[in-house]
Formats: sequence, C-alpha cells, structure tokens
Amino acid sequence: MSERLEVNKTFKLVVKGAFVRSESGRSYEVRDAAGGFLANVAQASRKDLRDAVVAARAAQGAWWDASAYNRGQVLYRWAEMAESRRDELVDLVGAVEGHKKKDALGHVGRAIDRIVWYAGWTDKVAQVLGGANPVAGPFFNFSQPGPCGVVGVIAPQESSLEGFVNCVAAPLCVGNAVVAVASEQRPTPALALAEMSVTSDFPPGVLNVLSGFGAELMGQLASHGDVDGIDLSGSGDAADELARVAADSIKRVYRERSNDVENPLRRLRTFVETTTVWHTIGQ
Amino acid sequence: MASLRPAEVRARGVLIPTVVSIPSIDTDEELRRHVRSLSGVDAVGLESRVAKLGTRSLKLSTKMTAIDLAISMVDLTTLEGADTPGRVSSLCAKARRPDPTDAVVPHVAAVCVYPDLVALAGRALADTSVAVASVATAFPSGRASLGVKLHDVAEAIDAGADEIDMVIDRGAFLAGRWGQVFDEIVAVKAACGDAHLKVILETGELVTYDNVKRASWIAMLAGADFIKTSTGKVGVNATLPVALVMLEAVRDFAELSGRVTGVKVAGGIRGTKDALRYLVLVNETVGDAWLSPEYFRFGASSLLNDLLMQRRKQLSGVYPRPDEFSGD
Repeated sequence: MSERLEVNKTFKLVVKGAFVRSESGRSYEVRDAAGGFLANVAQASRKDLRDAVVAARAAQGAWWDASAYNRGQVLYRWAEMAESRRDELVDLVGAVEGHKKKDALGHVGRAIDRIVWYAGWTDKVAQVLGGANPVAGPFFNFSQPGPCGVVGVIAPQESSLEGFVNCVAAPLCVGNAVVAVASEQRPTPALALAEMSVTSDFPPGVLNVLSGFGAELMGQLASHGDVDGIDLSGSGDAADELARVAADSIKRVYRERSNDVENPLRRLRTFVETTTVWHTIGQ
Repeated sequence: MASLRPAEVRARGVLIPTVVSIPSIDTDEELRRHVRSLSGVDAVGLESRVAKLGTRSLKLSTKMTAIDLAISMVDLTTLEGADTPGRVSSLCAKARRPDPTDAVVPHVAAVCVYPDLVALAGRALADTSVAVASVATAFPSGRASLGVKLHDVAEAIDAGADEIDMVIDRGAFLAGRWGQVFDEIVAVKAACGDAHLKVILETGELVTYDNVKRASWIAMLAGADFIKTSTGKVGVNATLPVALVMLEAVRDFAELSGRVTGVKVAGGIRGTKDALRYLVLVNETVGDAWLSPEYFRFGASSLLNDLLMQRRKQLSGVYPRPDEFSGD
C-alpha cells in the first residue's frame, strides 16, 4: 500500500471575512525556528492592503453601532473558537518560535486569556475613560470615549500570537476596525487566529489580517489617508520614519517604549476618540 | 457640438465611407425586415471577449491620461425625488471644477437632472462648456402617451437643455411593436431641435443580447445621437457585455451609414477600474475616434470621486481619504 501524502495548508489572507490569495498571486515560504520548511503563505501586495482598508472602513460603523455588551460577546466567542483549536495554535506557535510544547502552551493560553480580558473591557471603557465633568454653569458635561475608526497594526515580529493579540484586541474592543500586518517571518499563528475570527460573529471586515513583507506594506499602511490610527509595535527601526509619515494624515500612533512596564490600557486609550457633549440642565 | 466629418472617422482602422447613406425606413415592414436581418449575438464569444479585455491593465502615464479622459466623459447625474436646488447647485460647482485643489483636472461633460431643474443648472453652468442634460419622456418608466412625452421634452428644451435623455417604451418593444418605438424616437428627435438626443434602451429590461442589438439599431435608424444603456433605476444596469453589443452595433451602423453615434453607459459604474475597462472596450471595438466626450459618456455620480481619488493616488503615491472629496 502506498504511503499517504500529507495535505499541507497554504495560509491565505483574511480580508472582509473571506480567505483570499494575494491579488498579485505571490506567496512566500515560512520556515520553522530550525530553518525547515513549514508552510506557504500568501504575500500581500499594497493593493491587498488597499482593499483591506476599504473593507475595514465599510465594516467599522456596524461594529461600533453594536452594543458594547454585544462586542464583548463577539470577542469572547473568538476566545472560545481559539480555545477549541488550542492544540493547532500550540503547534503553530511552537514551530515558528521554537518553543517546547509546555512553553508554547503558556503563550497560547495567555493569548486566549488576553482576548477574554479585552472582551470584558468593552462595556467598561465608557466608565473608566469617560465620565461626567464638573463645569461652572447650568450644564451637564460628558466625555464619551468612541473609536477613532480604522486602525492599522504592524504586529510584533517575535511574539507571533501573544503580541498579535495584544495589538489587535485593544483597538477592536473600543469599536475600531483593524487592518493588521502579521509578523513577516512568523505569520502562521496570527493567520490561524484570524481564520477563527471569521466564525466568531465579527461583521466581515472588522478584522483583516495580511501576511507579507514589511518593507512593502508598512509604508503604505502608515501613509494611507483613510487609516485613523497605527500601532507600530512590530516596525523595528522603521518606526521613526513611519511615525513621521503617519503625521501627514494626523494618525494616532502607538509605539512601544523602551524601559516601559507594558500597560495594556495605554494601547486601548491610544485608539479612543473622546467626544465632549454639553447639555443644558432641566430642559 | 461639432460633429466629426465622416471621412475623419475610422472604426478599427476601417475608413468609414464618406457617402452618407442611412437606410430609409418608411414603413413598419421595412423596419421589421431591416431589424430581422441583423445577425444574432454569440453570447459565449461576447462574454469571453469581455473577460479577456477586462484583464488589460493601464499603468502610469497611460492610466493618468485615461483617468482624465474618463473625468471629461462623466455626465454628473442626480435623479432623485429628493433633489433640491441646493443639491443641484453644488453638483454644478463640482462639474465645472471636480477637484478644487487642482485646476488641471478637466471639467465633466454634462450635468444630468430632471426637467424642472434644467433652468437652475443652466444658470449655474452659463459661463462654462459643461452641457446641461435632462431626462425626459416620462423617465424612468416611459409609461405615458406620446403627447405627454413630447410635452416633457419641450419643457426641458425651453428651459435650456443641451441634451435630452429619453427612454424607449420597453413594453412596446418587448411586445414586438418596434414601429411604435421607432416612431416615438423620430418624434422626440424632431422635438429636440438642435439638442442632442440620447436614447435609453434600459438594457436590464430587454432580457437578451439580441434584443439589445435590435433596440440599438432601431434607435440609430430613428436618428439617435447617442444610445444609452440604462436609467439606473432598475436592478440590472450597465454591464460590459451589453456595452460591447452596443459598441459593435454603433460600429456596424457607422460603416453602413457614415453616421457616428455615441454610446453612454450608465448605472452601477462606481470605480475607476470599471471605467477604465469600458475605455479599453471602446478603444478595441470602435477605435480611438470614440475616445472623446463627444461620443462616449459615463452616466454616474459616485464614479467621479473615485476617479479623483485614483488621480491623486497616481500623483502622490498615497491613498487619500474618501471624505477629502465632496459628497454630491
């Protein structure tokens, strides 16, 4: 009897809730920590990025219009999906990051727990980051946090899953739509988690994940006029230049600080737009 | 609008005869014989040709030229029950200078409105070469008596319309009363005087490619200056295969009669990519003589913004924000 051939998976981009190959038709090889072949992944072009931004812009309104409670449910559903496919994520993280199974399990567990943590934040942002302001006059004055719109994410290059979750879950939880560029050399865990988001009741287009070469995609994402904020966590040495480019379209920019104890709320706060509303008392 | 002399016009390299010989149609029988003699449309071949031409891609300076050409071919349209004088005024301002930050961008071909707003649009565009087009003849259904339709046209003409977009009676066409359709177009053409007549076939309601071809010929034989795909008010609007059928009909008619008819595609064309596909189709079917606002138009509203956005992207290398361009 002949030996069974393995059915290997080519990872595709996740755009508008669908799995697409790059419009350019390109793909590249992902290698494991020891340098062996792992998988082929689609190599996104700037046109794929453009399409993803259009999809995100179209979906963002519906995502913010959903109740905070509902957004929390959807994020929690995403965690449920990830939990049920945890072994797959453990294998993928272990392979690209070169961890033993026990360590990989730890990374995946923390990533899933972080999604749950942000799911809990959706209906608490208004109280913690907003509030009623005391003013000298017969007025109510409220500060209401809302999303800044479409957020671009350049996910961390080293931490393929935990880092990715930290970067995308924060803007999602406050009602933003996200276009994320996964780690260039380690994109498979993020792409798998993005696949799970498609079966988690996210409106299509709220989370779009691309794999490809940073040099080709980062500048386009930072300069794109219809992207309202950008997380530069995975951009390395290019961060200064990207932040400068992002200023042309007045983007909110999140950068990792050196010697900084990571405060997850800082990321969440970066992608919040606060509206202040005055209302007369007694009418 | 000055017409090209026939001798200057080539369709796919074939010089159109200088002798103008439009087949004379005097009786219903003659029309029927003429239209019946048209060959059938090969639907499979048609769609595969469109699919093949759709893969052509324009780059760099060619793309810039094509975008500017497409802008100059736009009939900026608002045909809503909710149209207000303010909305039409702002549309006219946009028509004369589509991108206020860049004076190099050409103005559009025309502004297309309902007859009651023609006078207003005419005043707003008085000192420009942007034409005022008006729909008429009980647009969009065309379900009214000929007298009402002609009155509709006369009002638009009196108000100063340069171009009339009429609808054909699809009910009559589909019931086989081609003569009635023909006679109505002839009557409306007479009522138009100097104004250009665009005949809307409403191809989404004609069901088959053969019908589109027949309706195109009936309109051209009756004297249409333009044939137009759709009103934009039904489910199926302009499509590439239908445009190809019409362009081929226009080419064949020009070769036979020496008269050049324009084509206007309308409805559902929202993106630059779509517009450029139509331009490729025009160039490959009837030739570059038709690549001018005089003979090819896009009936659209949101298309213009996408053209402007792509134009700016070509110049700056950066994707602009859609709300940098005015809505209506």
